[in-house]
Amino acid sequence: MSTFTIIAIVLLIGAIGATLGFRRGSALRAEGGRKPHSRPVYHASYVFTWGVIPALLVLSVWLIASPILNELNVRGDFPEGAVAEANLTDDLAYGIVESIGSGLRALPESERETVTAETPIAEAVPLFRQYGVPVASASADWMIPLAIERNAFQDISRWAMTLVVIALAAIGTFHGYRGIRTRLRARNKVESVVNSMLVIASSIAILTTVGIVISLVSESADFFARVDPWTFFFGTVWEPRFAAAGSGGAEGQFGLIPLLAGTLYIGFVAMLVAVPIGLFAAIYMAEYASNRVRSVAKPLLEVLAGIPTIVYGFFALVTVGPFFRDLSAQISGLLTGDYSAFIQAQSVLTAGFVMGIMLIPFVSSLSDDIITSVPGSLRDGSLGLGATRSETIKKVVLPAALPGIVSALLLTASRAIGETMIVVLAAGVAANLTINPFEAMTTITVKIVQQLTGDLEFTSPQTLVAFALGITLFVITLCLNVYALYIVRKYKEQYE
Amino acid sequence: MTDTTATGAEGRTHSSTNRRDIGIKKRYAAERRFKAYGIFAIVLGVTFLCILLWSVVSKGYTAFFQTEIQVPITFSEEILGTPQDAAENETKLLMANYPQLARDGLIRLLGIDPEDRQAVTAANGLISQGVRTELRDIVMSDLSAIGTTQEVWLYASSQLDSALKGQYDLNVPENRRPISDLQLRYIEELEAKGAIAQNFNWGLFTSGASSRAETAGVGVAIIGSAYMMLIVLALALPIGVAASIYLEEFAPKNRFTDLIEVNINNLAAVPSIVFGILGLAVFINWFGLPRSAALVGGLVLTLMTLPTIIIATRAALRAVPPSIRWAALGLGASRTQTVFQHVLPLAAPGILTGTIIGLAQALGETAPLLLIGMVAFVADYPDTPLDPATALPVQIYMWANEAERAFQERTSGAIMILLGFLALMNLTAIFLRRRFERRW
Repeated sequence: MSTFTIIAIVLLIGAIGATLGFRRGSALRAEGGRKPHSRPVYHASYVFTWGVIPALLVLSVWLIASPILNELNVRGDFPEGAVAEANLTDDLAYGIVESIGSGLRALPESERETVTAETPIAEAVPLFRQYGVPVASASADWMIPLAIERNAFQDISRWAMTLVVIALAAIGTFHGYRGIRTRLRARNKVESVVNSMLVIASSIAILTTVGIVISLVSESADFFARVDPWTFFFGTVWEPRFAAAGSGGAEGQFGLIPLLAGTLYIGFVAMLVAVPIGLFAAIYMAEYASNRVRSVAKPLLEVLAGIPTIVYGFFALVTVGPFFRDLSAQISGLLTGDYSAFIQAQSVLTAGFVMGIMLIPFVSSLSDDIITSVPGSLRDGSLGLGATRSETIKKVVLPAALPGIVSALLLTASRAIGETMIVVLAAGVAANLTINPFEAMTTITVKIVQQLTGDLEFTSPQTLVAFALGITLFVITLCLNVYALYIVRKYKEQYE
Repeated sequence: MTDTTATGAEGRTHSSTNRRDIGIKKRYAAERRFKAYGIFAIVLGVTFLCILLWSVVSKGYTAFFQTEIQVPITFSEEILGTPQDAAENETKLLMANYPQLARDGLIRLLGIDPEDRQAVTAANGLISQGVRTELRDIVMSDLSAIGTTQEVWLYASSQLDSALKGQYDLNVPENRRPISDLQLRYIEELEAKGAIAQNFNWGLFTSGASSRAETAGVGVAIIGSAYMMLIVLALALPIGVAASIYLEEFAPKNRFTDLIEVNINNLAAVPSIVFGILGLAVFINWFGLPRSAALVGGLVLTLMTLPTIIIATRAALRAVPPSIRWAALGLGASRTQTVFQHVLPLAAPGILTGTIIGLAQALGETAPLLLIGMVAFVADYPDTPLDPATALPVQIYMWANEAERAFQERTSGAIMILLGFLALMNLTAIFLRRRFERRW
């Protein structure tokens, strides 16, 4: 029975239980005498909870545990030395056994008998392929009995799971139903279950962070076991040659410096564009604009934030990049008579400029909030002493808002560093180390995308380096965010 | 009387000449300059927005039209076999040489000698190679078509399409453009016959990925995106609302809740690509879920959208005045009843608005999807969320990397579709806010 069917049956049992519970609750009420503690709807929920939750908990534990037990069991049965003989690791060998197992399942009923434990692998593999299941060439005869054993284990486990889960649902429902009586505090019990669900839901945020950290750390630890951290963090050459599986000697050079430099340089150009425009727009909207202008200009600027980054990337690729290139050709033509472009279509300037446009609304709306939260009394005092509005802004409002603005800029910078699609399309893939903004540079995010698309092997440093890059990116942005949030918190307290 | 005015005037001139020059003019000029910078900044921002939108729309609107050629097709039994054969042996019908049918029809229409190879090749270059499926569908749906001659609108090749849309400069020498002089003459002939037209491009909305621009569409990608949005909605909304209710209404102020709070704010600012790495490592590598599946994409986007929804929901819950809670508690409701029966319904419009905005964000997200293998050539509609699928922004990314002129047009067209969906969602959110927002 498929997992979905099992869940549906459990829910059905729960629903039947809930209906019965509701009836019984109503009956208690109609009987007269002492009034029941809870309303019938809580009796219904009480029965439903007893029926469904233990059953589903067992189901999920079973689903996770069963494949692990199965794998341990099969691995224990690997013939002595056979794995090493076939030049495989235990993981790879188990992977092949798994695919043979799914090949066996793909066979139609009529042909299933043709493959037995004694069938040589050379006969079985073409048969599997015929039904669309490819099996690696490193497969060996001893794997077929193991695959049959694995499938048998799977079948038994599934049957047992179906029986246990449905029985549990029935027993739970029965228990809940039996428990209904006048004095049962059904509402409190249901509410405590609801409350614990709320707690679980809010822990998902923590689980996500834990998941990010664990996945990044474990895979990067794997990477640093193969590549010296020193050469990664301080290497100036990025040249990860793509190595074929098993050719352990072909190690590339993984130098973070050119990527980090590109990331920071492009982010810097973006901030050069976004900060002045965003800040002045925010000041104008907060201090000068009438309500009507504000109600038009603010949403218009915020549209820029709602446009997906892939659109900016395409804009940079087909519009801005060629524009800069042609512009530079015209300029150099006018100056030297030689019409060759000195700005490449994919360059730090293009990527930074377009990213800057994307960041304008971040700077403007964050700073707008901060500037408007500066108390009016400060402004009134300054204006009353005869300062003009711009003097008030420059000498009173902005200094008062400075910590908040700094944190807004830090948040924006963290976004610039983590931005992916614009740089993937507009910055280029060559890992240059240059200070010329008209040339292409590449970023950490571009390389993560490049190393993790296409065929992956979780054993080669070429794939694993992406996790090391990821953890670098995560740590940088985390520091910026935490520091920015810390400043915002402190700043809020100051004026509240 | 005259005296006083005289002295008054005199006094004024006197004082103005004596007044210390405090640079009022300069200060006012600085004031005006400062204000002008602000206006300039806003105008600049809005200009960028307009250029961006204009560059997409001006490149993309033509993608909604597709050049088609009306060709009389003879479904000859020579090529397809008799209807009896066809009914018995479907593979023969599937493998039949449909492009030849189209070519024969076109050279008959243009009156080309079938022996003139150069002319035949030139004429053949006008129709898309995608006619195979187009004609096959006609025959397969109605076997009685075999042996008849029908007028059929066929897709034109992308070169002809781009030429007619004015995307090629036709004045350059023949060897430097993808359309030859001979082909231009044929196009004129077809135009004179009224057998060539720009029809609305339904294929853009219904087809899947294709290596030929004229048969490529975003239909499959839209379905992939729709699956993911459903998953995000089904998971992120309940979890997000539950988490917000706990944090806002029940949570005691302690280390644990503080940690959750900092966490959520942080997650909202984590680069999206990191969520992609998480999805790859946890969902695909550890849990063994299939690559390129909409399910994995949906899970990753759920984790990404959760902080947005939680932050919006908490703001909505906070906006419900405490008096509502006191009244409910005062009448004997439990805390859970108060929250679920009184506070939550009042906060619903705010929650809905936040959810829609979160969904819009998720719809436009590309980077994490690249890492979980959704950059795949998917030509068939995914039946379940576990089948290989792609998403609208990922399809845009893949097309953006194609060099052909016709793909650039389609990329812009797909961007217009994506922006259309986003605008629709955001307008719905604004409408909901305007319609249901209550101020206490």
